Amino acid sequence: MERFLEAPRVIFRIGPLPITETVINGWLVMAALMVVGFIATRGLRSRPRGLQTVAEMIVQGCQQLIEMTMGSDKMGFLGYIGSLTMFILFTNLVGLTGLRPPTSDLNITMGLALITFLMIHYYGARSHGVGGYIKTLAQPVVFLLPINIVGELARPLSLGIRLFGNIIGGTIIMAMIYDGVAVLVPVPFHLYFDVFVGILQTFIFVALTMVFVGQAME
Amino acid sequence: MDPILVAVGAVIGAGLAVGLAAIGPGAGQGFVAGKAVEAIGRQPEAQSQIMITMLLGQAVAETTGIYGLVVSLILVGIAQGLI
Repeated sequence: MERFLEAPRVIFRIGPLPITETVINGWLVMAALMVVGFIATRGLRSRPRGLQTVAEMIVQGCQQLIEMTMGSDKMGFLGYIGSLTMFILFTNLVGLTGLRPPTSDLNITMGLALITFLMIHYYGARSHGVGGYIKTLAQPVVFLLPINIVGELARPLSLGIRLFGNIIGGTIIMAMIYDGVAVLVPVPFHLYFDVFVGILQTFIFVALTMVFVGQAME
Repeated sequence: MDPILVAVGAVIGAGLAVGLAAIGPGAGQGFVAGKAVEAIGRQPEAQSQIMITMLLGQAVAETTGIYGLVVSLILVGIAQGLI
């Protein structure tokens, strides 16, 4: 269990960058998703069969999510939102295999939150113009500007920490249960900590990203 | 300062951080679940919508409890580095 309280192990380095075990697990998830995606879209038919049905269900689910939170005129975000959902969902579920989940590394979740941060300000500046966007930060009263700026910094920070804290809490508790009884008892705990929390936190991260970007663009 | 003393302080702080941070979300989320059950009782056909909204609100309210967990992990890391 002490293994999870330390930083993830560095496996090798590319130049000055250390590559840790969580990054390699993330690459494995990406490779698996690319292979399954390639197989599912081979020979697309207009009456779907087999794996293509599952892929269409996933795309429809993401479309409903975008309509629910941002409105149907912003469907251009579907590519990024769908990829983000798949990546976070399957990296959370990697904990079922005993590997260290990539999202239990603060660097990876903060990277995703940084992308959200850049998206919020880029699309906000694009819809309002740079000066107009800074003016929206100064509403309703001008001297609230520093408080609004701190609030804007705190929201992506809380997104990253929320995902990281939930997943690493689940990983540490599962490791403690495996230290105690390793045979049949861990199964319902895996069902709660890995499957339920993984799906819920994916939904929360993606829905909050869309709500923040939608608010910045209105 | 004596490093053992700082490590003891860090570990006690870690325990207090999670323990005190668990009070707020526990009370708040339980209250929200009660309100959701009440709403389902009044209008059973809206059950799935109410449940999704309740889970969304509870996961956001959980965040401050997670902040306590992250602070305690940092403190335990500091204590391990000092011993």
